[in-house]
Amino acid sequence: MAKRKRRLEAWAPWILLTIIVLLWELICRGFRVSDFIFPTPSAILLSLKQYAGPISGHALQTFWTTMAGFVIGVVVGVLLGVLVGSSRLMYTSLYPLMVGFNSIPKAALVPVVVVWFGIGTVPAILTAFVICFFPITVNVATGLATIEPELEDVLRALGASRTDVLLKIGLPRSLPYFFASLKVAITLAFIGSVVSETIASNEGIGYLMMSAGSQMRMPLVFAGLIVISVMAILMYEVFAVFERRMTGWATRGMDAK
Amino acid sequence: MSTAFVEVDRVDLAYDEDSGNAIEDISLSMSEHEFIAIVGPSGCGKSTFMKLCSGLRPPTKGSVVVDSREVAGPLKIVGMAFQNATLLPWRTALDNVLLPLEIVEPYRSTFRTKKEHYAQKAIALLHSVSLQGYEHRFPWELSGGMQQRVSICRALVHEPKLLLLDEPFAALDAFTREELWCILRDLWQQNHFTVVLVTHDLREATFLADTVYVMSKRPGRLLTRRVIDLPRPRELEITYSDHFAEIVRELREHIGRIRST
Repeated sequence: MAKRKRRLEAWAPWILLTIIVLLWELICRGFRVSDFIFPTPSAILLSLKQYAGPISGHALQTFWTTMAGFVIGVVVGVLLGVLVGSSRLMYTSLYPLMVGFNSIPKAALVPVVVVWFGIGTVPAILTAFVICFFPITVNVATGLATIEPELEDVLRALGASRTDVLLKIGLPRSLPYFFASLKVAITLAFIGSVVSETIASNEGIGYLMMSAGSQMRMPLVFAGLIVISVMAILMYEVFAVFERRMTGWATRGMDAK
Repeated sequence: MSTAFVEVDRVDLAYDEDSGNAIEDISLSMSEHEFIAIVGPSGCGKSTFMKLCSGLRPPTKGSVVVDSREVAGPLKIVGMAFQNATLLPWRTALDNVLLPLEIVEPYRSTFRTKKEHYAQKAIALLHSVSLQGYEHRFPWELSGGMQQRVSICRALVHEPKLLLLDEPFAALDAFTREELWCILRDLWQQNHFTVVLVTHDLREATFLADTVYVMSKRPGRLLTRRVIDLPRPRELEITYSDHFAEIVRELREHIGRIRST
């Protein structure tokens, strides 16, 4: 019984996906919806196949700009998180500024970045970075700020420096928070780079969708959407696996079943 | 035993200027290998007293001398354990016990090269509190009492001269608590450290300590000093003797008086 239930759980997302795709196809065909308005899955698949070459080229561009922005975001996010999480002064001074900055719509920043660096890869990387570092900072800071004071006392009474406390307790403790934030950050990074490509680029999936849209080739636009979400899901899963490997101690209740 | 190991001289401690003193006019002296207990109503500044002894907080007034040196910063010769075991969930019991050795000299600089040796030492310590077979378990695989034993081992692994215990058994059930009293008693008898035990439990204080101090409500002052003249070694049986009950009642009366004022 339990085994069957678990197998069903493993297949459930695929089954649901199949049902949705079938319904979509049926509705589009049944109501004779034009491909210019809302393409059928089969039309999307066809254009995926037809334009496989250009799509994969643009996808690769989007992928590496996203990853570049993401890596910068992780480095900056962790450093800021450590800073904000380990010092009260930094917390009170820096945090409101960061919240303010984070509430700026990142699409509005793209034109600014374009003026500085021209269109293309650099704005895409920067937008991906700017949009994805904040959740990392918040999570790392939370992990650091919630150390039990007693535990800190145990080490401090032995003459431990702030760095000791950070390395022995703070950072390992914030790892689960960190990995949870990576999953959020990677999807945000994709949003950032694609938005930037849509506004100001000659390359990438964002650009592809933009130009396909202007030519009313809706199946190709949707093909772009699907490529983005597949890439984002894959990267999300990669970090989910990392998370389980690195911080099994924090989610022990989950594996027990 | 002529000179005191810990000498606290008319100490006040206020956390900040507006809040008033957390403890006030505390004077006491402990000889080496003495076991003292501090009892008092909650919020009376017992934990503050511990921070004072460990050098985590400097006194606002007065002086604290430990091991014939004026305390001016973290002492490095103290071990601490608290009501919560505060073990690191990503480390096994053994690695949790080894943590202080990664921090404090002279172990720190030799930790890598002599890790095997230190691990043996930590395992021996875990065995002495009957945790054989649990060295490589994670904290969440251990019961509350076992976690607390690991926590006490962590407080002792670097052979501190002063062991500070802040209500270490408060979160345990009565039977586990008594079991741990005996474990602590044995550890203390076999090794040469001095203990400051902060507790609510008068039986615990009477059973374990040489001297019990009663602290008043905030701002905490030491009201009474009671020498526990029960013979050693003490077995749990002794807690049912008349003399034991008498001492506990006497202490209880002091606490009652504090609470009613």
